[in-house]
Amino acid sequence: MMTAIDVAILLFLAITAVTIARIRDLWAAVMFTGIYSFLSASWMLLLDAPDVSFTEAAVGAGISTVLMLSTLALTGTTEKAAGSKFRPVPFFVVVLTGCMLIYGTLDMPQIGDPSDPIHIHPSPSFVERTQGDMHGLPNVVTAVLGSYRGYDTLGETTVVLTAGIAVLLILRRGKDDDTIDDPMATEQHGNAAASGDNA
Amino acid sequence: MKTFPIIRVVSKMLIPYILLFGCYVQFHGDYGPGGGFQAGVIFASGLILYGLVFGLGAVRSVAPPRIIEKLMALGVLLFAGTGVLTMLLGGDFLDYDFLEHHALPGILPTGQHLGLFLVELGVGITVTAVMTMIFYAFAGHVRAKKEPKS
Repeated sequence: MMTAIDVAILLFLAITAVTIARIRDLWAAVMFTGIYSFLSASWMLLLDAPDVSFTEAAVGAGISTVLMLSTLALTGTTEKAAGSKFRPVPFFVVVLTGCMLIYGTLDMPQIGDPSDPIHIHPSPSFVERTQGDMHGLPNVVTAVLGSYRGYDTLGETTVVLTAGIAVLLILRRGKDDDTIDDPMATEQHGNAAASGDNA
Repeated sequence: MKTFPIIRVVSKMLIPYILLFGCYVQFHGDYGPGGGFQAGVIFASGLILYGLVFGLGAVRSVAPPRIIEKLMALGVLLFAGTGVLTMLLGGDFLDYDFLEHHALPGILPTGQHLGLFLVELGVGITVTAVMTMIFYAFAGHVRAKKEPKS
């Protein structure tokens, strides 16, 4: 069942997505991706997934937007104009893929249906056992991620660390990154550098 | 951006609450929605907002890169260390039931609760540190490119 707010958010998501695809000013496109993430976060909150919503709002709307803006400050801010010629083959491929994706969703179960495969398949006993196992901790998601699937989470944390090290290895420029502790130097350059507000 | 009074005042008011909310999501994650990853990104976005408004130098003096880069590894160490601790106490790797103790019941978490607390704290520390370090790397690069011109 769709309420008015569901329809409104999904409509805004579609409009934002089309705008991002059409706009040539990259600066505006990055801001629109931030808006898109924020709308997705609101949508996930409506789907009763506050964990995912937090992550989307902080990573999608916050950190990745800032990183994209920093990248734009290093590169250019406009995209090369695309030719306006109509190309039938890519259009056909995109329409076909879209139709197949929509056809695929027809098999999806209703939201909250108790006979969903996901509610039956691994074992519903996780939810039943967690109260006893976790000394009454109510959050089943944390129990599954941290305890029953602790190995997975350790692996994911290691992936985050590895990704951070890789970014540092690529972007860091020797010792001089650490030596900027002079308050005068940072006073002059800090603002423009961090925000890239030369737009 | 320090010269825009509205941005400066509003972010100065908001940053403490963002950091507080990060701590809430971290330490209340066993009861409510959230956990280490969410808390880490919220905490890091508080730091990044501070860096955007008050300059890279200001946030570097609050969270020095030398310490942050060590925290990146410390979080994973805390996570894996919890697993090694449960092994030393006689259980399997990450089997928190062996963390059961009877000191200060009701105040200190015990067993599975203690294990989840330590593990989520490890995730939170690593995520905060990695996000902040990536921001430093990007922002420092932008500044280095601009310096010759100014």
